[in-house]
Formats: sequence, C-alpha cells, structure tokens
Amino acid sequence: MITVKGVTPIDGISAFRRLFSCKKNKKIICKALKRSLLVSLWFVFLTFPIMVIKVNPVERTVSWRWGNIFYVAIGSFVISLLAKAWLVRKERLAARQQAAACPARDSIIHDLLQRPGYRYPLIILFSGVALVFPHLFSTYQANIMTTALMYIVLGLGLNIVVGVAGLLDLGYVAFYAIGAYSYALLNLHFHLGFWAALPIGGLLAALFGVLLGFPVLRLRGDYLAIVTLGFGEIIRLILENWNAFSKGPSGISNIPRPGFFGVEMSLDQAMIYMYYLMIGLVILTIFVVNRLQHSRLGRAWLALREDEIACQAMGIDKTRIKLTAFALGAFWAGLIGVIFAAKTTFVNPASFTFMESAIILAIVVLGGMGSIVGVILGALILILLPEYLRALSEYRMLAFGAILVAMMIFKPEGLIAGVRRTYCFQGRKNAAALQDDE
Amino acid sequence: MMNKRMNKPILDVSGLTMDFGGIRALDHLDFDVQDKEIVALIGPNGAGKTTLFNCLTGIYRPSSGDIQLVCPETGEQTRLNDLKPNKITEKGMARTFQNIRLFSRMTVLENVMIGRHCRTRSLILGAILRDRRTREEEQETVNKSYEILEKIGLAGQVNEFAGNLSYGAQRRLEIGRALATEPFLLLLDEPAAGMNPQETAVLVALIRQIRDEGHAILLIEHDMKLVMTLSDRIVVMDYGEKIAQGTPAQIRTNREVIKAYLGEDVG
Amino acid sequence: MDYFIELFLSGLTRGSIYALIALGYTMVYGIIGLINFAHGEIYMIGAFTSFIVATVLSIYGFPLAAIVVVAGVAAAIWSSAYGYTVEKIAYKPLRHAPRLAPLISAIGMSILLQNYVLLAQTSDFLPFPALIPEFAFMEPVAHIIGSSDLVILLTTTVVMLALTLLIKFTRIGKAMRATAQDRTMALLVGINVDRVISATFILGSALAAIGGLLIASHIGQINFAIGFIAGIKAFTAAVLGGIGSIPGAVLGSLVLGLTESFATGYVSSDYEDVFAFSLLVLILIFKPSGLLGKAEAKKV
Repeated sequence: MITVKGVTPIDGISAFRRLFSCKKNKKIICKALKRSLLVSLWFVFLTFPIMVIKVNPVERTVSWRWGNIFYVAIGSFVISLLAKAWLVRKERLAARQQAAACPARDSIIHDLLQRPGYRYPLIILFSGVALVFPHLFSTYQANIMTTALMYIVLGLGLNIVVGVAGLLDLGYVAFYAIGAYSYALLNLHFHLGFWAALPIGGLLAALFGVLLGFPVLRLRGDYLAIVTLGFGEIIRLILENWNAFSKGPSGISNIPRPGFFGVEMSLDQAMIYMYYLMIGLVILTIFVVNRLQHSRLGRAWLALREDEIACQAMGIDKTRIKLTAFALGAFWAGLIGVIFAAKTTFVNPASFTFMESAIILAIVVLGGMGSIVGVILGALILILLPEYLRALSEYRMLAFGAILVAMMIFKPEGLIAGVRRTYCFQGRKNAAALQDDE
Repeated sequence: MMNKRMNKPILDVSGLTMDFGGIRALDHLDFDVQDKEIVALIGPNGAGKTTLFNCLTGIYRPSSGDIQLVCPETGEQTRLNDLKPNKITEKGMARTFQNIRLFSRMTVLENVMIGRHCRTRSLILGAILRDRRTREEEQETVNKSYEILEKIGLAGQVNEFAGNLSYGAQRRLEIGRALATEPFLLLLDEPAAGMNPQETAVLVALIRQIRDEGHAILLIEHDMKLVMTLSDRIVVMDYGEKIAQGTPAQIRTNREVIKAYLGEDVG
Repeated sequence: MDYFIELFLSGLTRGSIYALIALGYTMVYGIIGLINFAHGEIYMIGAFTSFIVATVLSIYGFPLAAIVVVAGVAAAIWSSAYGYTVEKIAYKPLRHAPRLAPLISAIGMSILLQNYVLLAQTSDFLPFPALIPEFAFMEPVAHIIGSSDLVILLTTTVVMLALTLLIKFTRIGKAMRATAQDRTMALLVGINVDRVISATFILGSALAAIGGLLIASHIGQINFAIGFIAGIKAFTAAVLGGIGSIPGAVLGSLVLGLTESFATGYVSSDYEDVFAFSLLVLILIFKPSGLLGKAEAKKV
C-alpha cells in the first residue's frame, strides 16, 4: 500500500504540540522569530525607495505608498520563518537518515511508476485524459495545453544539456528561433510546407548547436553560460537588424498552419489538430529522451556533469560528448520553433528574448535536473498556473526568478529527482536482468 | 615475477620535464615499467609524483621529454606527449585519483560501466532504436562491469550511489572503474590512503590479483610496508628528480633515499 | 579629425562607466570565483534609487548641488544594501554546492530584481533629471566633449584612485587580496572570509551605483531593463581585461568603450550590441585569460 508519507490531520496536530513541548525546540523557535523580525526590518529599509516612493517626473508629483511597507514586512517575516523551518527540517531528516543508514526514498510518482500494478493503469489514465481533453474543454483550453506541451518538449530538450550533461546553456532560445525562422523563411521563399520544414528546422538547429558548440565547449561552466547567453542575443539582434534577411522587427506573417493530407480545416479544427500533433511529439520526445538517458551516451553525459576530469580519464572524448548533448538539445528546440511558427502563423524577434531561455531553464530547475517526469511537471506548473490564475500572471517572471533561487537553496534536486536505472543480478553474472524506470 | 621480455618496457619515460612558470616540478626524469610488473613510485610530499601521473595521463602537457607506451600484445608503440587523456586511456593506460573522483550521483555499477565507454561503440541511433547490436553491447557492458564488481568485492552494492559507499569501498571502486577500460598498465595514485589495516590487506590482495591477471601496475604510495611487500621495483623521487631505483631490498639500504626521508625508518 | 576626437572621448566616457560596473564583477570573481549575474541589476537599482531621490528632492525644490550629493549617497547606500543581501540570500548558502548551483541562483536573482523593479515602479522609460549642468568654461570644446563626459571621466578617475588606495593600504583591502589568492589559507590565518566577501559585494555595488547615477544623467532616461545589457557589456570588459584583475577590468573597459564608439561611429549603429557580444564570444574562445589575467592551472 502507498501511504502519503504518514501525514494525517491528527499527526499534524500532535506534531505541532510536540514542537512546543520540547525545550530545545522552544529555544530554536524564539531565535527564529527574533531573526525573522530583524530580516523583515532590514527588508523594509532595503525596499523603501523602490516600494514606497513613486514619482511622476512629468507631472512632478510624488506618491508615498506607505501600505507597501506593511506587505514587505509581513512577507519577508513569513518567508524568513518558512525558510528557517525548512532548513531545520532538512537537517534533522539528514541526521535521521544517516543514523538509520537508509537510502533516500524515491518520490511518490516514481514509486507509483515503478509498481507494475500502478504503472500501466496510470499511463492509460493519463493518455485517456490527454486524448479526450480538447473535447471535454473548449478549444481555448486545448490551445493553452498545446503551449504547455510545447514547453514540455523544450524543457526535455534543455534538460539533456543542463540537467543531464551539466552544461548551462543560457542561449537555448536561439535554437528555438532558428527553427521558427527556418520554417518562416523556407515557406516565404520556397513555399515549403510544414512537414518538410519540421525536420529541416530541427536539423538546422542541431547544426547550429554543433557550430556554436565546437569553439565554446572547451570553456569552463560559467564562461559557457555567458557565451551561450551572448550567442542567443546575437541571433536575436541579427534577426532584428538584418531587414533584407529576416524582415526585421516587424517579422514574418501568414505562415501556414500544418496541413493534414490537404484537408481544409476551420480555425478550431486546426487548433485541435495542433494539440494532437503536440501530444504525439511529446510522446516521441519522452521515448527518445528516456532511451538516450539510459544509454551509453546518457551515462557519459551524467559522468561529464559529475566530474569532467575523471570522465576524460575514463576514456570519454569530452568534446564529442558535449557536442552531441548540445546538438540533441538544440534539435528539440528547432522542432518546437517550427511548430511555434505554424501555431502562431507569425514570427518576430521579440518572441526570442533571453527571458524565454530563462523560462525554460526554470522549468528544468523546478522539475528536477535530469528527471523526465520532473520536467513534465515543471512545464505544466509554470505554464498552466499563470494562465489559469490570471491575477498572478503579472508576477510570472518575478516568480520564475524566485524559483531559480529558491530551488537551488532549498531543493536543488527539483520537485522530482531523477532516478537511475537499477539492475538486479540473480546469483551469477549471466542472469543479469534489466529493470527500467521512468 | 620477472618475465622474459624484461628488456622490452611497456612504458618508457625519458628526459621528462615539467615546468610551471618558473618552478620545475619534474626534472629530466627517466624510468620504465615492464609488462606485468608492479612498480612503486615513492618520495616525500611535493616530490612531483602526482605531477608525473598527470603528465603521463595527458592532464598536463609536459614541457619536454618523451613518454612512450608500448602495447605488450600488438607491440604498437605510441608517443603520449600530445595525446588527450581519453586517447591515452584508449591506448591502454588507466588511472585512479588521489582525491577520489567518482561520479558520486551515479550508481556503483554505472561508475564501472562508464569505464567500458571507450571499448564500446553504440551511438545516438543505437540508443534510440535499441537494435540488437546495441542491446548485446549493453548486456556485455553490464556483465563485464558486474564481473569487475565481483572481483573488487562490491557486487552486493551495484545499485547504491557511489557517493554513499564507505571510504575503502570508494577507493576499490576507483580501481574497478579504471580496470573496466581494459588497461594493460594501471596507474594507482595512493590507493591505500586513509584505509584501515583490514582494508589495506584486502587492497594488497586485490592489486596482486590484478597483476596476476596480466596487468602492469605503477603506483604512488606512502604506506612503506605496502610498497615493500608489493612492488617488484621502486622508483624514488625527490624535488622532481629520480634519486634512486631498484628492488625493495636495494632501496631499503640506499643512502640517498634515507637522506631524502631524513632518517625516516623505511624498514 | 574632430569627429575622431569626439568618438575617442565618447569611447573613453563609455569605457569609464563600464569600468565602474566591471570592477564589481572582477572583484567578486577574484574572491569567490562566481559570475555575479545580478550585478547589472544592482547597477540598475542604483540608477533607479538616484532617479527617485533626485526627482523627489527636485520636486521639493532643493538646490542642484544638494540633489547630486544626496542622490549619489543614497544610490551607493541602497545598491550596497542590495548587493549585500543578494550575496547573503543567493550565494552564501551555495558556497559548497556544485558549480552550476550558484550560477543558476545568480541568474534567478537577476530576473527577480528586474521584475521587482518593473512591478514596483514601471516598465516605461523615465526621464532622468539633468544632474550635471552645462559648464560655461566648456563652451569652446562643447562640440567635441560635453560637460557630463568631463564629469564622468573625472569622477571615474577619482573613484579608481580611491579604490586602488583602499585595496593597497587598508586592512580590509589587504584581507581582500589575501582571500582572493587563497581562501582556505586566509581563513587559517584568521581572516573573517564571510566579512571580506560581504565587503567585496558592498564595495562593488557602490561602484556600480555611482556608474548608474552617472550614465543615467548622461543619457537622460532609465528603465528597469538597463542592467541586463550594461551587465553583459561590463562583464565582457572584465573578461577582456582578465577577470579577477582590477587594472585588467579598467583596461578592458576602456578598450571595449573605444571599440564600441569607433565601430558605431564609423561602421553602423544598428549592431552596437552585437559588437560587444561578438567581442565577448571571441575573447572567451581565443584568449579566456584576457589581456592581463593569468592562465589558471587545473587542480587535479
């Protein structure tokens, strides 16, 4: 049986009582309260000019928004307390685990997926929901879901580079742009259709990945990050300024939607078709990425992330391994670029800013670097939540930034940590049986 | 344990020099390793032993001198000076690290499987399609890696994360990982460092077994008892120079060596 | 010839602003080996704080000299406070984490700060009050060099000299140099490394704030996003000079400023930012140790 990690309401109350009954805990809590009070005072000071004062330089008026002090004080106090509580809990858990010498447990989702009794029903349930989704809800909902599915693929692609191979690529959006523009331009000049452009966009992006990767991949991690960031910006600036080539900031419009054996489709139908297309692509991506991760190549990527020098000393050609990771990551971005162009029927450079790379990075980091299930969950949370909670969508980018910081500090392995394949050997060596997960 | 090909070394180092800025870490070093031989490299701290390892394995590029590796089976001779570390491993020389460098968030088995990387071929398409050849190769990788784990006594912990192993087990896993690359020469950088006597005893037996299975071993070690019981030959370094070489018995009585260790009891 | 001199001087002005920001990158990198992606945002916050303070004061009718001094001091104080806080929140807990972690956290911080200012203030470009008057004695050369260029050049020179003296002769300066050379050793000889790191962030942020004030008043407008490009350019300058090296950061900044000025003046201004990015990519590929940096030896 699966228990939700032993939490019932009664447990919660008694745990709360226990928390206060112990003298040591009381001391810790008092200290934490005092500290949080100081933290909140500091933040009131820190945010004073920007949160409280707002000037209108044209009308020469000043508005003092004193109410904001209150929000800042409460907010920082609560966050500081929660952070402290989390760290204390983490420390205690670690200590307990060390004492009991029991290995860390897998997440509930992996637990479920690993049980044959749950694995297949779950998969069937998910695919069932995915299949009827556009018919249960409006086309508008299906459209939002299509966007989320696109980000799942983007996330899985970037996950190869950042999560598995440990190469921080901040210019991932460039490959996305290359895919989108290759469809837009090929269609504009040569009337190439969607299905022909799809592989071309992907391969072109992969090619650019190799071309960029070749010189920069011998750089150390942090330099690689900033060079890829620069590369992403260069691509965007070129698209913006080279009017003859890319039509500049006004972009390219009237890009055809994907065709389906020449059948005429209404807008609604086209959107639903797009949705199913993305479902198919997501399944393909999961299949391919899963196999890659658990292959000779995938192991080499992981080893590269863990220790570059040891990896080389074990006979792995690190340049080649990095290049394949880069190219494969870029490939998915290129594919989604083509789909993006077809979905919106319009591309311009403004869609491909650094913030786009940051969103995809946030998806990978939130979900769990190296974890396929995690990345899917991350994409769904980060793309769907701001869509459905319209009130929050203003704070979207603020939250993404905060997520990147908070995840690194509190849960670097992500919501759902990646798992490694396990093997069981029955007695002698020849009976090695493989057991898959994810 | 001397065999007939005594005068045909598998590793031949001559005039090896390494400068860092103005500091000469290795000074015209000459030595060789024969097939199926255990050679120990000793010397006080800072004598340049690890620098030598880094030069041999391509992590540093030596300033001058010559490193030749000869495959005992094919007789193929390679100059290692300008090769990348991974090429050198492919040629048949693998190493361990003084400060353990395992892939700690990968499993024990996977660590060894990484060593098989340069002896296997499957690529992107193979990984995606998982065709017959890839499956067979993967199965072989698993089997051979498991065999190695049995040999180093870690078969019970295949699915454990490498970072969770005990210290001695981690050192043995480093050896196992290097063995998986099928080297004819194995470089061990302080394999017994930090081990307790029981662990050291297991290690000595393991190194002997590895040699008996046909590998030559070059090792850096501070544990003199281990060096004296295990090695066929000893090379002594000080300040980047070779100050002596010979059998354990010869080294025990060598004045230069005793002086370098400042009267330390090497018996 | 006048055009050339004009470009040269405007290149120097640009370069000296970059230098004020680049110093923050280089000092932080020298001490904890981290690219502080959020540094551009600290500069932006400096510019915003000085904008807010200066505008408020000018609305209440304070004299120009008082406005300049108070806005400058306020910008330096608050930027330093932000720099200090960013380090405590986003970097300090990750000092022993894998190398990727502080980088990702730094990028997150940068995005967070940008959007914080966007939400708390505005996304529009705001007109920055002219804090530097047109001096009468500059009249004859006004077609080549403006008064604000002169002030920027002078201020930067004074700040650089002060920084050099601080690092050479004060206690904290010596501690910084020691920590940059060997953190463990500095710890062993009793240097409070945490305090040194904080001091570095505070100092670097204050310099960036001065840069923010100067450039905002020079250009005449600000926006929440100015930190991103300025940050990358200053980082380029720091790498060009050799990251970790203080004279290198100044030299790199001047070279970058002049390159940009001449390239936009003689070639095309459309690709102004592309020059800097391409330069960055090229240096990192061909000479990652920069003009004055030293190549790092791998530790195995």
